[in-house]
Amino acid sequence: MSYELVFDVKRGDFDTAGEASRKIKRTLQQLGVANKVIRKVSIAGYEGEMNLAIHSSGGRIVLQVGEEELVLTIEDVGPGIANIDLAMTAGWSTAGDEVRQMGFGAGMGLPNMKNNADSFEISSKIGEGTKIVMKFFV
Amino acid sequence: MEKLLHSVYLDEEKCLGCTTCLRSCPTGAIRVRGGKATINESKCIDCGECIRICPHHAKLAKTDPLSKKDNYQYTVAMVAPAIIGQFKPKYSISQILSAVKALGFDEVVEVAYGAEIVGQALKYEYHAKRYPRPLISSACPAVVKLIQVRFPELTDNICRLKSPMAITARLIRKRIREEGIHKNSDVGVFFITPCAAKATMVNNPAASEYDKYDLIDGAIAIKDIYSDIARLIGKCPHQEGLHNTTPESCTWALSGGESDYLKNKNVLHVDGIQNVINVLEEIECGKLDTIEFFEGLACIGGCVGGCLTVENNYVAKMYIQDRAKTMKQTSIIHMSDEYVRSVYNSGMMHIKERILPRSPEPLDQDINRAIEKMKQIEILESKLPGLDCGSCGAPGCRALAEDIVAGKAKEIDCVFVLKDRVRDLSVLTNELLQVEHPTEKPLIKKEEI
Repeated sequence: MSYELVFDVKRGDFDTAGEASRKIKRTLQQLGVANKVIRKVSIAGYEGEMNLAIHSSGGRIVLQVGEEELVLTIEDVGPGIANIDLAMTAGWSTAGDEVRQMGFGAGMGLPNMKNNADSFEISSKIGEGTKIVMKFFV
Repeated sequence: MEKLLHSVYLDEEKCLGCTTCLRSCPTGAIRVRGGKATINESKCIDCGECIRICPHHAKLAKTDPLSKKDNYQYTVAMVAPAIIGQFKPKYSISQILSAVKALGFDEVVEVAYGAEIVGQALKYEYHAKRYPRPLISSACPAVVKLIQVRFPELTDNICRLKSPMAITARLIRKRIREEGIHKNSDVGVFFITPCAAKATMVNNPAASEYDKYDLIDGAIAIKDIYSDIARLIGKCPHQEGLHNTTPESCTWALSGGESDYLKNKNVLHVDGIQNVINVLEEIECGKLDTIEFFEGLACIGGCVGGCLTVENNYVAKMYIQDRAKTMKQTSIIHMSDEYVRSVYNSGMMHIKERILPRSPEPLDQDINRAIEKMKQIEILESKLPGLDCGSCGAPGCRALAEDIVAGKAKEIDCVFVLKDRVRDLSVLTNELLQVEHPTEKPLIKKEEI
């Protein structure tokens, strides 16, 4: 038995920012997933949601819940990441002043996702978009 | 009083089943069943939102009557810091305390005294290694319960210092024991409470933080004795020197009062249960990682906004700030750093057990069955109108869908679904009426007459 949750996130959509991660958290609680795992997924989901709102032209978050693992896929249409190794460096960010003003853009998004996930894969094409697949073991 | 998980209860005679309270509940603990509101004990966090919002005053807090003190030979009233916001600053704090004493107590002590100790001890506790950041205040029992129920991953962040109320009670009992005049069991210690959540702590040792040495015998609502105090204030025998607190400890009843003790730290204080929820959500997803101390208070303005107070919370705040500004005494004479350190090191200030999550039950213990139920909930929810009108007795369409899957409600509890069913039925009835029955005489059509 598997279950899927899908959220579309628009660029600059800070009004609803955090909604997907909140819904993910609540759903996982109801499904009886351990609190520690929920916390990791919430943090990674929130970072992903923010990335979509800040950097992409819009994208989609998909959470698949299975018996053994949770798969969180964050895929966007956008500029893509030129140098993934650099983007994965803590503190590195291309976020503009406006976004930093709001408390984002500290360059911790991708490293935070990687730290919280049990497996982390990222692929990106310049001018097309970025796809991140994270797995969390239940 | 029986042991309770929470103090909020319903006056069935006054409840009209109007559904106003349903959506005010931050944990979705209320349902209307059989025309009356019911509260789910395991979900209620005693925030008092429903008490405040009920237009029929049918939601109440279980507290003790003043007369309960008559069961004890020697009685002590411990007043919450919020009380000094209930009366105009033209009355001195000593006058307020004298009036409380004149209600028939042998002693009156300010809980602000314990607040001063807890505030100062917070500086030591802050550095304890066991806490993830941010350290979260344990001052508001409703927020502590909220975290246990809705933010289980943050329970380790909660400060394990006891409340000013418990510390004050302990020091009172210790002093009386040392004086040796009264037997511990003859002494009745009563907390004059601004809220339901504190009343729960007093009346339910299982849910409380304190042990038998901090025993509090009852919780009396500020609003229940307000008019008596107002009648006596300025007129009863006035005893100077009853007041023994600092400006900082007096503002403990205001949002930020506790945080003020942690100078030079990144503190965030938030009041109002919905605001607290919003900020805890940000903390939980790791957004506010620069915050070192979080003080969340369920009531707007802090304890001055408690549902058992009388004065408007903004007015009460003004009164307290006025008093703090003009207060001559800026420190408690015998409360040196060494004294606070010795109380802190004695271990009496710490809650012994870990504060554990009280996560709501999952849909099913088996994840496959839980997923199955989740899908059923979503299908049901999509058939409901999404108006969250509350007519079904649940706070929203999603909650109704969950209740149906849990076997606690029916689809036709929704008036819109019911109306659709009636319409379907009437269509069917009409169709059936058109069918000619073999033994039925043909209907005579109007134009043939």
